[in-house]
Amino acid sequence: MSWFWQSVNSSVGKKIVMAFTGILLVVYLVIHLAGNLTLYGGEKAFDSYAGVLEVIKPLIRIIEVLLALVFIFHIFNGIRVWWGNKKAKPIDYAVNAKSKNSTLFSRTMIHTGVIVLIFLVLHLVTIWYPYNAGGGEVNLYKIVSGRFADPIYAWFYIVAMALLGFHLNHGFQSAFQTLGWNHKKYFSLIQTIGTIYATLTAIGFASLPIYFLYFHGR
Amino acid sequence: MNNNMKLNLKLKIWRQSSAKSVGSFVDYKVSVSPDASFLEMLDEINNELEKNNQDPIVFESDCREGICGTCGLVINGEPHGPLRKVATCQLHMRNFKDGQTIWVEPFRAKAFPVIKDLAVDRSAFDKIIQAGGYISVNTGGVPDANSIPIAKDIASEAFDSAACIGCGACVAACKNSSAMLFVSAKVTQFALLPQGQPERQQRVEAMVAKMDEFGFGSCSNTYACEAECPKGISVRNIARLNHEYLSAKVKSTNVEV
Amino acid sequence: MGILNSKVPAGPIESKWTNHKFNMKLVNPSNKRKYDIIVVGTGLAGASAAATLGELGYKVKAFSFHDSPRRAHSIAAQGGINASKNYQNDGDSTFRLFYDTIKGGDFRSREANVYRLAEVSGNIIDQCVAQGVPFAREYGGLLDNRSFGGAQVSRTFYARGQTGQQLLLGAYSALSRQIGKGAVEMYNRREMLDLVVVDGQARGIVVRNLLTGEIEKYSAHAVVLATGGYANIFYLSTNAMNSNATAIWRAHKKGAYFANPCYTQIHPTCLPLHGDSQSKLTLMSESLRNDGRVWVPKKKDDNRSSNQIPEEERDYYLERKYPSYGNLSPRDISSRSAKEVCDEGRGVNGGEAVYLDFADAIKRLGKKSIEEKYGNLFDMYQNITGENPYEVPMKIYPAPHYVMGGLWVDYNLMSTVPGLFVLGEANFSDHGANRLGASALMQGLADGYFVIPYTIGDYLATNKFSAVSTNHDEFKKSEDGVKEQVKKLLSIKGKMTVDEIHKKLGRLMWNKVGMARNEKGLKEVIGEIKELREEFWKNVNVVGKADDLNQTLERAGRVADYLELGELMATDALKRNESCGGHFREEYQTEEGEAKRDDENYRYVAAWEYENAGKWNLNKEQLEFEFLHLAQRSYK
Repeated sequence: MSWFWQSVNSSVGKKIVMAFTGILLVVYLVIHLAGNLTLYGGEKAFDSYAGVLEVIKPLIRIIEVLLALVFIFHIFNGIRVWWGNKKAKPIDYAVNAKSKNSTLFSRTMIHTGVIVLIFLVLHLVTIWYPYNAGGGEVNLYKIVSGRFADPIYAWFYIVAMALLGFHLNHGFQSAFQTLGWNHKKYFSLIQTIGTIYATLTAIGFASLPIYFLYFHGR
Repeated sequence: MNNNMKLNLKLKIWRQSSAKSVGSFVDYKVSVSPDASFLEMLDEINNELEKNNQDPIVFESDCREGICGTCGLVINGEPHGPLRKVATCQLHMRNFKDGQTIWVEPFRAKAFPVIKDLAVDRSAFDKIIQAGGYISVNTGGVPDANSIPIAKDIASEAFDSAACIGCGACVAACKNSSAMLFVSAKVTQFALLPQGQPERQQRVEAMVAKMDEFGFGSCSNTYACEAECPKGISVRNIARLNHEYLSAKVKSTNVEV
Repeated sequence: MGILNSKVPAGPIESKWTNHKFNMKLVNPSNKRKYDIIVVGTGLAGASAAATLGELGYKVKAFSFHDSPRRAHSIAAQGGINASKNYQNDGDSTFRLFYDTIKGGDFRSREANVYRLAEVSGNIIDQCVAQGVPFAREYGGLLDNRSFGGAQVSRTFYARGQTGQQLLLGAYSALSRQIGKGAVEMYNRREMLDLVVVDGQARGIVVRNLLTGEIEKYSAHAVVLATGGYANIFYLSTNAMNSNATAIWRAHKKGAYFANPCYTQIHPTCLPLHGDSQSKLTLMSESLRNDGRVWVPKKKDDNRSSNQIPEEERDYYLERKYPSYGNLSPRDISSRSAKEVCDEGRGVNGGEAVYLDFADAIKRLGKKSIEEKYGNLFDMYQNITGENPYEVPMKIYPAPHYVMGGLWVDYNLMSTVPGLFVLGEANFSDHGANRLGASALMQGLADGYFVIPYTIGDYLATNKFSAVSTNHDEFKKSEDGVKEQVKKLLSIKGKMTVDEIHKKLGRLMWNKVGMARNEKGLKEVIGEIKELREEFWKNVNVVGKADDLNQTLERAGRVADYLELGELMATDALKRNESCGGHFREEYQTEEGEAKRDDENYRYVAAWEYENAGKWNLNKEQLEFEFLHLAQRSYK
C-alpha cells in the first residue's frame, strides 16, 4: 500500500483529500443545520429532534467517530498543505497585487479555517460535551438557548459562522475543481451554487443566536 | 513618437549580485517614451549604466514577441505587469502614468532560485517535461498524418493547452508557487489527443512526482495563475490534471510510485 | 579560387536520395554508443537532430545558450510548414514543391538538395502529428491546409499563428525524452566560442558557461551546428535578441566556407521604428496585404495625419506600379518599393513607414469580417503601437528577418571541414537567393529528422578517428584564444557601449547592404565597417567580469563577429554583379525595376574561404539545372 500513501502525500493527493473530506463536511453541515433550525419551532420541536438523536444514539456514535476522522483529516491535511505552500514561496513580493488576480476568500482559507477550528473546539466544549457527558437528564434546548442568550458567546458564534461562509464559498467550488469536475458549461453554475450554499449555511446558523439574543421571548 | 511626451518614472529594481548574495531594491529615475516597451526602458537604463562603468541590470529576454517565454518580471506585484494576456516584452510604457513608481522584482519561488538580479533559474520546468511530457515515438516509422482523425474541437482544445510558453508566470503569481498550470497544460494536451493515450497514466504520475521533487506548492485554486498567464491558459487544465491523476492512481498497475 | 564538390549522387533526381541512402555506410547498432556527437543549437534543426541521433544510440551532447531548448527562435515562426502531401487533391507533388522552391529561390539553389527537401516534407508532418503537435483540422478530423505565397496549391500545414512554437515544442519533447533517458546530455546556457579541428577533422568545441564564465572544452567524433541565422547583424530585425552568428562565424574562421552571405530576406510587413530605444522589429503576418491597401502621401514631408490627407493626395504606389499584383506583389518588390517612397521623403510624416489601410476593406466587408480574419493581429498592433487599426491605418515598414546565406555544405550537409555538419538556417543549402514562406520550418526539420541521421553515420563509418581528449594541444590553443579574446574585450574600457556600436553597424548594413545595393555604396560600406571594427577594438566599453553572468560580454563577442561578417556580406554583394531574389543590385534591373539575373556569369554559389581578418578567397560551386529550366521570375 506504499503507493497509496505516496499518492495521498503528493501535492495533488493532499488536495484530493481536502476535497473529499470537504465535500463530506459540506453534506454534514446541511444535516446539522436542518436539525438546528428546529429551534425555531420552540422547545417542543427541538426536543423531539433531540429525541430522535437519542433513539439512534449507537448510530450517532459511529457517525461521530467517522466525522471526527473526517474533521481531523481535513484540518491536519489543510495545515500541512498550508505549511508546504508557505515553504514553496520563501520570499514574498515587496509589492502585493494579489487582489488583482485572486479572491480574498481563496487566499484566506487557512485563516478562516483556523478560526472555524477554534470555534469547533469551543462548540464541542460548550455544547457537545455538556450534552453528552453531563450525565442524567440533560435538556439540549436549555443548553443551546442558554448559550445563545450570552451576547459574547453569541457574537463569537455569529462571526465564526460568517467566516465559515467565506470558507465554504471558496471551498465548495474548489472541491469540484480539485476532483476534476470543471466543465466549461457547468462550472459557473457550481460556483453560483457554492456561493448560495455558503451564504445560506452561514445565515442559517448565525440566525439562531441572533434570534435568541434579540427576538426570543421578547 | 513625440519626445516632449516622455514619461518620468521612478523605478525600484531588485539587484542581487549572485544566487547566494543578499539582494535589495535600487532606485533608478528614467525618462522614457510611452512607445517604448518595458524591456526597452530597461535597455536604456543599462546603456546609461554601462556608460558610467556600472554593472547593468541582468534580466532575460529573447524573442520580444511574447512567444519564447524567456522574459518575465514581476511589475508592481504582478508577473508580466498589469495587462492581461501580455508577456513582459510586449508591455509598453504607455500603460504607466507620468510620475509613477514602479517596483520590479524577479519571479519568486523556491523552485526558481534567483541567478542574478532579475534572472531566475527555471530549469525545473525542463526536468518535469523530461520526466514524461512527451509522446514516445522515435523518428520514422510513424503512420500517415491523416490516418488519425481528430475532431476539430478536440484539436483546438489541445492547442489551447499546448500554447503554454513555459515562462513560469503561473508559479510566480501563485501564492503557493504551484506549477500546476504548467504541468496540467502539457498533461491535458496529450490526454486529449489519441496519440497521447498509451502513456496517459504513466505520464501524469511521472510528471506530478517530478514536480513535487522540486518543491512547488499545492494548488489551492486561487486561479491567480490563469489571471496572470500571458497565453490565457485555463485552470480547467488543472481540473483535468487532478482527474487524470486520481484516475491513474486508481487504475494504473504501477505500485512503485 | 577553388571549385567545390557538392557530392550530389548521380542518377535521376527522384531516386538520388533513395540510392544514396542505400549506398551510404551504416554504423553497427552496438558501435553507435562509441561515437560522441556534439550538436550546437537546439532549435528545430538542432533539437530534431539531437533527439534522432540519441534515439539511434549515439552519445549526444547538445548545447544551447538559452536556459532551455524551448526558447529557440524557431518558436516565433507564425505561418506554417509546407509539405507536398497533396491532401487537398489540388495537383501538388514532390516535383511541384521542388519546382516552386527552386523558382522561389530565383534559381540559385542546388537541385538535388531541394528535391530531397520536398521528398521528405511529408514525413515531417507524419512525425509531428505522431508527437502530438496540434495542427489545425477540418471538421471531418483530417488535417487542414492554407495557401501561402509563391505557390498555386494549398500545402501549408499550420497551428493557428503559432506553427513554429508547436513544431519546436514537438522537437523539444522528443529531445527531452532522450535527455530523460540519458541518451542526450543537455548543456544549457553555454555559448560556443570556437570549433576545434584536429588533423583536419572537427573534433570538438570550446564554450563559455554563461552562468559562471568558465571556458569549457568538449570533444566528439563529429560536430553539428544548428545555430540559426544572422539577420541580427542589422541590429533591428525580427530575429530574437540573442540570435547570433558567432558559432558559424568561429567555425568559418576554422576553415568552413561561408556561402552566399549577401542573400538576406527583408520582410515587407513589420512594425516601423518608434524611436531610438527600439530593440527589435515585430513581424505582422503578410496575410494582412490580402485586404489592406498600401499608400503614402503624394507630397514630400507631409505631416498631416492620415485622415486629413484626401484621397487624391494619396499614392497607392503598389497598385500604381504593379497593377496586376497590386498590394500582393512579392516580398522583395513590396519591400523595395516602400524603401523607395520613403527615401523620396514621402513616408509617414517624412519618416520610414508606409500606411497599410483597411478602411476600404472595412467598408466593403464590414468590421466584423475583418475582425474575424485578423483580430489577433489587430490586437497585437494596438498593444504595441497604442493605435487602433480599425480607425487609423496601420504603419508598416520592411525589416530583415531571415538569411538564405550560411555555411557551405555538400549534399550530406557537411561543411568544408570534415566532420562539421551544418543544419537549418545556419547552412546555405535549400533556399537559393530567396526563401518561400513556410519553408524554413520544413528545412530545419528535414535536416534534423531525416537527413543528418543518415549522412553522419556514413561519415563516422567511413573515417578513422584517433583518440582525442580535451587535453589535446588544439583544444588548449582554442581555449587560450577564447580566453584571450574575453580578456581583451574587458580590458579596452573605451567610451562606446556595445549596443551603440551594434546600432551603428546595423545602420550601415541597412543603408548599404539592405534592400537595395549598389557598387558605390558597397565599396564605401566596406571601408566604413573596417573603421567601425577598429573603433570597436579601441573604444568599446565592456563592463563586468569574465567569471560571472555577463550579458554585455556575451553581446560584445557577437558584435565583434558581426563586424567581420558585415564586411564579408558587402564583399559578396559587391562581387555578385546581378540581382537575384533578396539580393538587389540597383545597376542590374529590368526597365520595370525587377531583378535581372545573369545566369551566364553568376549561376554559382559563392563560398568564401577565410584567410585573415578582411581577406577572403572566393570558391565557386557551379549550379547545374538538369531537371528544371532556368527562367525569369515573373509577377505579371
